[in-house]
Amino acid sequence: MNASPNGEVLLEISGLSKSFGAIQVLHEVGLVLRAGEIHALLGENGAGKSTLIKTVTGVQGRDAGTVRLCGQDIAPRTTEEAVAAGLATVYQEVNLLPNLSVAQNLFLGRQPTRFGIVQGGVMRKRASALLREFGLDIDPGRPLGSYSVAVQHICAIARAVDLSARVLILDEPTASLDAHEVEVLLGVMRDLAARGLAILFVTHFLDQVYAVCDRITVLRNGRLVGERETAALPRMELIHMMLGRALEHSVSTRDAGRPRGDCIGAFRDMSRRGSIDPFDLDLHRGEVVGLAGLLGSGRTETVRLVFGADKADSGTAQLDGKSTRLHSPRDALRQRIGYCPEERKTEGIVAELTVRENIILALQARRGLWRPIPRREQDAIARRFIKALDIRPPDPERPIGLLSGGNQQKALLARWLATEPRILILDEPTRGIDVGAHAEIIQLIRRLCEDGLALLVVSSELDEIVTYADRVLVLRDRKQVASLEGESVTVSSILAAIASDDVAPKEQAAKEQVAREEVA
Amino acid sequence: MSGAVHTAPGATRRLPRIPRAALPQIIALVAILAIDRAVSPGFFDIRMSGGRLFGSVIDVLNHGAPVAMLSLGMVLVIATGGIDLSVGAVMAISGAVAATLAGEPLAITIGAALLIGLVCGIWNGILVAFLRIQPIVATLILMVAGRGVAQLITGGRILTFSAPGLSWFGGGSVLGVPAAVVVTAGAIVVTGLLVRGTALGLMVEATGGNARASRLAGIETRGMTVAVYAWSGVCAAVAGILAAADILGADANNAGLYLELDAILAVVIGGTSLLGGRFSIGLAVVGALIIQSMNTGILLSGLPAEFNLVVKAVVVLAVLLAQAPRLRRVFARSAAPPKATEPAPARQQGAQP
Repeated sequence: MNASPNGEVLLEISGLSKSFGAIQVLHEVGLVLRAGEIHALLGENGAGKSTLIKTVTGVQGRDAGTVRLCGQDIAPRTTEEAVAAGLATVYQEVNLLPNLSVAQNLFLGRQPTRFGIVQGGVMRKRASALLREFGLDIDPGRPLGSYSVAVQHICAIARAVDLSARVLILDEPTASLDAHEVEVLLGVMRDLAARGLAILFVTHFLDQVYAVCDRITVLRNGRLVGERETAALPRMELIHMMLGRALEHSVSTRDAGRPRGDCIGAFRDMSRRGSIDPFDLDLHRGEVVGLAGLLGSGRTETVRLVFGADKADSGTAQLDGKSTRLHSPRDALRQRIGYCPEERKTEGIVAELTVRENIILALQARRGLWRPIPRREQDAIARRFIKALDIRPPDPERPIGLLSGGNQQKALLARWLATEPRILILDEPTRGIDVGAHAEIIQLIRRLCEDGLALLVVSSELDEIVTYADRVLVLRDRKQVASLEGESVTVSSILAAIASDDVAPKEQAAKEQVAREEVA
Repeated sequence: MSGAVHTAPGATRRLPRIPRAALPQIIALVAILAIDRAVSPGFFDIRMSGGRLFGSVIDVLNHGAPVAMLSLGMVLVIATGGIDLSVGAVMAISGAVAATLAGEPLAITIGAALLIGLVCGIWNGILVAFLRIQPIVATLILMVAGRGVAQLITGGRILTFSAPGLSWFGGGSVLGVPAAVVVTAGAIVVTGLLVRGTALGLMVEATGGNARASRLAGIETRGMTVAVYAWSGVCAAVAGILAAADILGADANNAGLYLELDAILAVVIGGTSLLGGRFSIGLAVVGALIIQSMNTGILLSGLPAEFNLVVKAVVVLAVLLAQAPRLRRVFARSAAPPKATEPAPARQQGAQP
């Protein structure tokens, strides 16, 4: 860690506030970036990280506060103005043109010309020289899209830096990279910091934060929680800052020592490159397994493999002792596995169809095209679940898009319960749902597992997980890092597992060196 | 709960569903027929001659049959969020095949023409569902190439025939009703059964409404996509047979020319959104009738035929404007009840440290 804590202040944000309608998403946030430092901006979903970046770089206007770059007040209204001022941003999704060559991308809008004609040769030569500074030895004449996402990211960074940026904001640049590519990118960041740039690094991966960052700023619910030196901030404390909960508070209310049912599902060595490292998973009848971890730790990726929504690169699945192929949601449906996804609106409901149609959808898919569920049976199923789950308004013919989030979630649960699953996967079942419905859904989860269902529940709400989970698997940086059971399922033990640190910084640096050589 | 309940649940507040949904189209059809009656006083006169019914209304049905046929397939394709530009060309191909085989037993003539339509449809479906080519591009391929194929089959000539079997589809009748109308009515019933008698309708609407959610609910979206394009191909083949039988010849250049546009228009007038989702077969057919009533009315009025295209263009414009996202959003804002605040920026956990 090349700490230069007393470098010149390049970017100073103070008292920044922003509201969308009645909701204030930033409350007088401040942040200081110094030359030569890599500064992590951390916080869970909805903490205000993206909004902060957007207001600083001019994508959105701000309500109050000042942004000073190199001692001068700036108020960019567009990203172009921000770049001109020396403030460049590289987003998770590379904002370059994959069909143009690397060189064209690097010099787009400022191509070297002679008599108005672009000098391709000069441009390529300059591009090569520029990229070599970033440790990349690639052919700048080939289309950008033919290179890996990591290389594309480095090109985006190279372009930004070459546009005379002094402050570089990286918004989750590593989210779609595999471990190897991450190393390369982190190395580039270190080099840039050593050259005197200030880098603001937004990420969900704490290992990466500890590997490269000098300082950390944490936001929560749109407020500044604090700024700390990385070296002086234990992981545990960082996670407390992010999640905002006290360690002492953790009570398990499960009836301990309930006998475990037979093993329904055994998944071995499942993995998908760039998404989740190999993991094992056993699911038992009547058992609730919780998946905990920070955002981006691989929870959703895990359950999507189990459901077959994404194809696994490796691994085997056994259901009730029989080897099974789970290559698509259809396979999973046939094997009586259900999945309520996290993104309810885009992956769950079909908004314009009625509650009844949404409820019977999976059951109909299982019966197939030629065996339509008779209308009378559809009505009976819809009525039964509307009553059992108390879906309101209790009108099966209302388009589901008009229901509240909690009721949509219940209807999705009904969709899968109607298929009488053996295994049910719930991804953030209580997200975006009001408090009353929260409690109902948790009660429902308990009732379901008493009926002998095996449940796999992803949740960020640790308080909730400990109330219903018999076993909790903790994920960090796309790896399963702990399995907690029985008495040890407490909020504090989960937090401790999330915070645990098994990669020493030195080892990290060595790995990085090797990785860079291989890529180049 | 914030999903506000505006009316007492379960109360009988709804009008019967079909009539209310169909109201704009029915009104449009009645209005156009009334205008037709005004410009041509004998519009509703029907007479019997040689065992066959004649009259302007019969003309509307008879000449509207090919577009109605096409719209039966098109409505399903559009409901999945796709589009099939190739139906006009497929008409030309199937007409060419039927004309070439006109001397064979009728079953072979018809069977071969339908089969080629099915193959064309499956081809489109595979391009869209498996090769993931955008529907408008995927079907454009066959739209362009199809006429070439048809010309190869006819040898570049207008292939005429006089076989009584095939000719019946043009000049024949059942109880005085022209054969084309009977065939189309039969196809409407078959399509209706196929779609609403199986789970196809629901699956098509679900896929068109939200393809990702449908896949995660276990629907075989790709197989279903191939199926609807295949059906569109078969419907186009039937339309091709009707068109060929009407003129007792296969004209590879002109058979079904631009009819894909009429079919799309019919579906859109029928209230099915080009974005996919809810659809109505009946209203698509009503849309085809509206188009043909306009065509016939303009002919009867003595106005130059060029007006036809202009009037049609105005109708298209009106329909597309009514579907424009901004107008729809304005409408949705005033119609939809307030929704629960979704991914709330402030989560209740950690509100108090």
